[in-house]
Amino acid sequence: MDTFWTWIAALLTLMILSFLYKDNPFFKVAEHLFVGLAAGYVLAIQFFNVFRPNLWDPLVAGENFLLIIPFILGLMMFTRFSDKHSWISRWPLAYMIGIYSGLAVIGFTEGDLMRQVQASIIPPVSTEAVKGFAADPGVLTALGMLSNPVIVFGLICILLYFFFSLEHKGTAGFFAKVGTGLLMVGFGAGYGYTVMTRMALLIDRFYFLISDWLKLV
Amino acid sequence: MKPETIQTLKKLERLDKRWVFLLVALAVLIPLIVPVKAPMTVSQATKDYYEQIEKLPAGSLVLLSCDYDPGSKAELYPMTVATLRHLFRKDLRVVILSLWPAGPPMVELALNELKAEPGFKKRYGYHYVNLGFKEGREAVMVDMGRSIHDVFPVDFHGANVNTLSLMGEVQNYASFRLFVNLSVGYPGTKEYVQYAQSRFRITMIAGAGAVSVPEYSAYLQSGQLSGMLMGIAGCAEYEQLLEEPGLALTFMNAQTAGHLLIIVLIIAGNVIYFMIRKKGDK
Repeated sequence: MDTFWTWIAALLTLMILSFLYKDNPFFKVAEHLFVGLAAGYVLAIQFFNVFRPNLWDPLVAGENFLLIIPFILGLMMFTRFSDKHSWISRWPLAYMIGIYSGLAVIGFTEGDLMRQVQASIIPPVSTEAVKGFAADPGVLTALGMLSNPVIVFGLICILLYFFFSLEHKGTAGFFAKVGTGLLMVGFGAGYGYTVMTRMALLIDRFYFLISDWLKLV
Repeated sequence: MKPETIQTLKKLERLDKRWVFLLVALAVLIPLIVPVKAPMTVSQATKDYYEQIEKLPAGSLVLLSCDYDPGSKAELYPMTVATLRHLFRKDLRVVILSLWPAGPPMVELALNELKAEPGFKKRYGYHYVNLGFKEGREAVMVDMGRSIHDVFPVDFHGANVNTLSLMGEVQNYASFRLFVNLSVGYPGTKEYVQYAQSRFRITMIAGAGAVSVPEYSAYLQSGQLSGMLMGIAGCAEYEQLLEEPGLALTFMNAQTAGHLLIIVLIIAGNVIYFMIRKKGDK
């Protein structure tokens, strides 16, 4: 049975990869199959892993009558199918938007804003890095000493680039240009990591084809 | 420059992209079929990830959230296998969950791979539990700070969590010595840092798909993450530290060859572009 499913997976992989040559019916079949299966799977798992254990079962067993509130809010969402009554679905939507907006503000403030600002308040040169260089002089430990200055200088330059009340000329212009350069380095690193991810996906599929399917390795 | 050279350069500039696809395919396939052991250095982030698990006393509880799906299997699945192998080797007890619908089957796949290995003696419900998927994203993260039992009344197989011995010792984040998050997007490490690590002050390490690494690196620098596996390269380093070669180490040569080809193509593309433009200016 395993061999059968390996063949199915291999053929579907080849059907998807065939798009690299050009769009074709095999690709379309695999694509539609994937969309249908994914939608069905998500629906089933939401029903059996979320709806029943967290809402329906405790409600029917009379363990928590307050669950009737999310149940009714959930039912109200279905009024979106009716042009006349779709306004009712705005209530549960408003509830969800309110909850998630509140969570987002707290999460961002606590996790990102405060902690990242805190992490940026550092000495221009780390004493630990200097000690590390003194103990083991080398290229890596020397670069380690540059870590804090690069963070502090880079942060100032990039913030200056986004400071639009000041014309980017003269000294401010110089720092803003350095900030732009540093942003480009960041985008380059982001692109490099994206290539790494995409390459890994390709390798994984090829490895599946040559090991599990063709048994070449 | 000779006119023939310019013509050749222009032809190269308009090269059918399918030739590039073929080159990439060959660059990736050849090292997979003919593997060569290349040297590798281990980054500090990977060492920290390893150390955070290594220093835990046997029997400690660890929470592992696997937030990915088969689309990211290439990077995150080897991390799941390597991390679970490390946790079990250290006799740690693991509670596993996922905030991605297709995450739990990936966890089952990894557990089945480990179960098939000789000498595997861990028991479900006592040494490890797979709680499965739960909808709610950030709301789930925050609610687990109050009660994990309320959020996950049943496990992935539908069993009441109160019947599982391990879950008797679990209440909320405070029950765990370490939180490990393997993720590649939303909801994942960023949200866990914002809603769980910052609020409940838990020690957290992460394994991330390479595409998410630039975003998560800020959390590593600020100390909110105590260690990180950065893409498939980070996982290969981790497998090397564990001395347990897995998929990531197998993939590394192909990854290196693929990257080298991309670098050559980027440089060649730019050189051709500037040479043609320079000629056009004249």
